[in-house]
Amino acid sequence: MNAIATFALEKFYLTGFWRKHPKQALKPLTLEVPEGEIFGYLGPNGAGKTTTLRLLMGLVKPTAGSSKILNGTIEDPAIRAQIGFLPEQPYFYDYLTAVELLTYYAQLSGVPAGERQRRVASTLDRVGLAKDAVHTQLRKFSKGMLQRVGIAQAILHQPKLVFLDEPMSGLDPIGRREVRDLIASLKDEGKTVFFSTHILSDAEALCDRVAIVANGELRGVGAVAEMTSSLGGNMEVVWEGEGANEAIKALGRELRVAGAITRSVVPESMLNQVLDILRAKNARIISVTPVRATLEDYFLQKLAQTSGGAD
Amino acid sequence: MRIGYIAANTFREAVRDRVLYNLIVFAFLMIGASLVLGQITIGVERELLVNLGLAAIAFFGVLIAIFIGIGLVSKEIDKRTVYTVLTRPVQRWQFILGKYFGLVGTLAVNTFFMGCGLFLALLYMTHKFERADIYVLIAIFFVFLQMVIVTSFTMLFSSFSTPIESAVMAFCFFVIGSFSTDLHSLSASAKGIVKVFATIAAYVVPNISALNVSTAVAHGEAVAGATVALNLGYALLYSGAMVAAAALIFQRRNMK
Amino acid sequence: MSTARPTVTLTLAVGILFSCALILLHNIDARRGSAIIRESLYISSPAALKRMSLGYNGLLADIYWTRAVQYFGSHHARSAEEYDLLYPLLDITTQLDPKLIVAYRFGATFLAERPPMGAGQPEKAVQLVRNGIQHNPDDWHLYYDLGFLQAWNLHDYVGASRTFANGAVLPHTNPVMGVLAASYATKGGDISTAMLLWQTTYQNNQNEMIRQNALQHIQSIQSDEAVTELEEVISRYEEQTGHAPESFLNLVYAGMLKGTPLDPTGQPYELLPGGKIQVQDPDSLPFITKGAPPGWKRKTVPLP
Repeated sequence: MNAIATFALEKFYLTGFWRKHPKQALKPLTLEVPEGEIFGYLGPNGAGKTTTLRLLMGLVKPTAGSSKILNGTIEDPAIRAQIGFLPEQPYFYDYLTAVELLTYYAQLSGVPAGERQRRVASTLDRVGLAKDAVHTQLRKFSKGMLQRVGIAQAILHQPKLVFLDEPMSGLDPIGRREVRDLIASLKDEGKTVFFSTHILSDAEALCDRVAIVANGELRGVGAVAEMTSSLGGNMEVVWEGEGANEAIKALGRELRVAGAITRSVVPESMLNQVLDILRAKNARIISVTPVRATLEDYFLQKLAQTSGGAD
Repeated sequence: MRIGYIAANTFREAVRDRVLYNLIVFAFLMIGASLVLGQITIGVERELLVNLGLAAIAFFGVLIAIFIGIGLVSKEIDKRTVYTVLTRPVQRWQFILGKYFGLVGTLAVNTFFMGCGLFLALLYMTHKFERADIYVLIAIFFVFLQMVIVTSFTMLFSSFSTPIESAVMAFCFFVIGSFSTDLHSLSASAKGIVKVFATIAAYVVPNISALNVSTAVAHGEAVAGATVALNLGYALLYSGAMVAAAALIFQRRNMK
Repeated sequence: MSTARPTVTLTLAVGILFSCALILLHNIDARRGSAIIRESLYISSPAALKRMSLGYNGLLADIYWTRAVQYFGSHHARSAEEYDLLYPLLDITTQLDPKLIVAYRFGATFLAERPPMGAGQPEKAVQLVRNGIQHNPDDWHLYYDLGFLQAWNLHDYVGASRTFANGAVLPHTNPVMGVLAASYATKGGDISTAMLLWQTTYQNNQNEMIRQNALQHIQSIQSDEAVTELEEVISRYEEQTGHAPESFLNLVYAGMLKGTPLDPTGQPYELLPGGKIQVQDPDSLPFITKGAPPGWKRKTVPLP
């Protein structure tokens, strides 16, 4: 079963004083996320990730198209009871303490009165918010602490489906590690996680599948492994002796020179050609090592395609 | 149930806002000042105290209603706190109603304390309670009804315009409403286009002046039971219409 | 769409609640009636009101003036006998804005007229306009109104004449003011003042009709004086001779007259049997109070 399904979901914003200039924030998006998956929604800043999330959350009405959440509509409070949402750069009632805030949200989400206190405490513990901070007003919180509170409020009511908009932002490396583990543990609990990010390593480490968006348009969806393998491998070649440098540059490869040592990354298909040149020019080959393709490579390739097409 | 939680949180927000206390302190100062003024005048000490006291409660109450009212919804949208509320099983109209009740509750508590202040001042001045004091109580209740109405249209304005615009519009509405009696007589006697505008204005703008009985009460006049019932009914219906309209706009609104 | 249901419900709620509110409002208005005006007068000290209006006296004055008009209008419409709040409203209005001429002028009219046309309080009306003059000494309209109030409602012709005369010397006055001053001096029996005023009018006024009118007034006064003198002569003659003179010749022979007396237009007076004096052409002396033929009536001449 699909946790999320969108059909040609589209959004135009009207801009300008008389609201006459339509700006397309999201081109028709058709996407399916099965239950139990961690799904990464990737794209550079301003790509339409947040717009997509607001449309899915029913905060903004689509210009056209539709979406289904847990086989229902987000307009249905019963469906909303089963989802959690962390907005981008969350801000909360800063006159409340973390405990007060989460208690309020527990009330709104329909957590039974008898369970609230325990649930709030355990959730705060789970996101690693320090014990002495839980009774401090949120106005005194750092950005990282607020992000933790934000994650806490998204999972507080044990939703089946969690939407996280840039969950790692504002966190230090340790915090990011912790949040990664937390997201992974949500999957272990059988929950579906849909999170947006522009940090590819996070997605690569966590996601079953990812979607890539740029300029409000979907550029590709698939499993991370599939995407990286489609790129083919690269090899890093390191040698000593400057005689070969000109010839290799002529092949269109970039060189990095450090003293007498030169290194270059070449596609697997070009490796033999490069090695032949090096031998012919009497360069001393120091090492030849395969470079693993990353999601970043795929991502950059996808972005390059579009900018090339646009130009 | 959820409306109650939202109201409680709104109340908590107002109670933790320093602006509220500044305004309350001013109101008490004004009541105190009327005591002092009463000592330098002759024969109208009680009138002066009642008039000035009621004016202080109304003025500062309306200020609180407008200044907190304009941010009631727009602040939640601006600071995006609304995202984490509306994505829970909360209906948008419930949110609006909760916010409204929260502020009305704040104003009720406020009015209660300021009313106590006024009665203490009265007791200090006359050393006894009179029958006519009941009508002062009714006047305070009417002042509270004014705030109930002001809060409702302030919230309506803030559901489609910026806080500053809303404040200006709300204040204008309040002032025009305070002269609505004159608008009614204008609509009765004017002709042509003026009559049309005056009539529309007279019925759209809330009748704040009907809820202002302070001068009559200051002179120890009785307020009829029917008047209390009619005014209460009017205030509830009018505010209800405004809040429903605010909810209607909010229901269709995009949260940017 | 599932948003349709709340939208419809809310739209209905707005409509129903607002309609019900309007029905109640209508009831509230009906119950309040003139109580509102009475309430507006609880603060009866204009000085206090002024302070409370935070400098917007003019605006407040306009509001009070509107209230006064409404009050008068609504009472007038149902032919009320009592207009007890009219003067206080006007008083506050004009004290808040002492330059609001219209309030003095119409206010005075409303006050002075007899019920049901007005409040029947001419003394209050006079008081109001006097206040107006005090604050606006250069506005001849107020003198005009005050003069008529004195003349018609209080029958104080001498006072009225004096008011008109004061108004007649103002910078932008209306030429008719002098005429009115003189007329009412005549009517009030203050002949010498009247004469003086008519002469001033005759000499200074630019309007030919007014000058003609002034001349007729002067001649009529002169004629009245002449007739009075002649009547005295005749009564002396009767005392001496025991009978009335049959013609002016009797008086000339008795050495009491120098010849047949002429009226100011040059026509001889007639001596009727029984010793009565009569003018020949009363229409040339339209303002005479003596010597007119029985049954003669002055043709009304509209003033310019």
